[in-house]
Amino acid sequence: MSADSQEVHHEEGEHETMTRKKIWKVFFILLAVTCVEFFIALILVPGGHMNIKYANPVYIVLTLFKAFYIVAYFMHLKFEKLGLALSIIVPILFIIGLILVLTNESHHWIDLRSY
Amino acid sequence: MSTAVSQIDEIKTTPWSGGRSPFNVEYGKIMMWFFLLSDAFTFSSLLISYGALRFSASVWPAADKVFQSVPGMIEHGAPLVFVGLMTFILIMSSVTMVLAVEAGHRNAKKEVIWWMIATVIGGFMFLGCQALEWAHLHSEGFWWGSTPPLHELKEFFTEGVGTDTTRHLTAQEFANLFFTITGFHGFHVFTGVIINIIITVNVLLGTYEKRGSYLMVEKVGLYWHFVDLVWVFVFTFFYLV
Repeated sequence: MSADSQEVHHEEGEHETMTRKKIWKVFFILLAVTCVEFFIALILVPGGHMNIKYANPVYIVLTLFKAFYIVAYFMHLKFEKLGLALSIIVPILFIIGLILVLTNESHHWIDLRSY
Repeated sequence: MSTAVSQIDEIKTTPWSGGRSPFNVEYGKIMMWFFLLSDAFTFSSLLISYGALRFSASVWPAADKVFQSVPGMIEHGAPLVFVGLMTFILIMSSVTMVLAVEAGHRNAKKEVIWWMIATVIGGFMFLGCQALEWAHLHSEGFWWGSTPPLHELKEFFTEGVGTDTTRHLTAQEFANLFFTITGFHGFHVFTGVIINIIITVNVLLGTYEKRGSYLMVEKVGLYWHFVDLVWVFVFTFFYLV
């Protein structure tokens, strides 16, 4: 049974996958994005060139960018069937829901807190 | 009897008609994906709770003041240096993991072994760094349920914000959340290292060579990359934002 399904996997899984060149390319993208984050945190914000208010959304966008590269290329999701990719990505939408609910809730906590 | 096949008996050939795997993925691998999805929910809950608590607090310890040392080398004034090293180690060990998977596709046993060993070493280095980081914060007085003494707390906040009470209360929230979330992540790294060691031993014994497929390396690879993925978020929300 498991031998069968593994064969299936091999037949079709090979046509597009990660080569060593691609792996190092993704690594340098991740490294470069992290360096940009450091540049913002160590030079732009302390030097007064960038308000922390604007830096925070930039950090989050860069983080999501890195997350995309890890999931798509290192975890190989980009090369899987669309159905599998969707069954992993769609439930993640619940997390956005939780973010919205708790951010809204925390607005009320500000009034409840005495500190 | 007619020999014509009625419409209902015709063999359908869509991916979902049975007889083949619609996602074209082996059972264990798809279960790993769903486990990771559930784990993603757990980590999101922790990080979102942290966000909500921090958002509703009037003051919060400043990351570049709490994390500004390289344990054993620089005591003050080096924000992000040590955590930058930790991030680099984890991304690097993620790369060696994909290289092990890639070698597995080519059935190159020796290469798989070397890349897996490199991944395990990366994991241990990260855990060692985290232990130093924890020990350093603990020596300053941060722990679950304890903070540095009131007169020292000022050092960890942007100058001139808050009172002794607000600083004390939010520093406590910060400490609890920091140790819980990085601890939970560190526990994942630890189990990841153990699993990687088991797989490395299996590769050495030739288990997957006999099986004709290094799919197990791919499955633990997924777990290992997930640990890296979580760290990317922990890093942003504890050290940058």
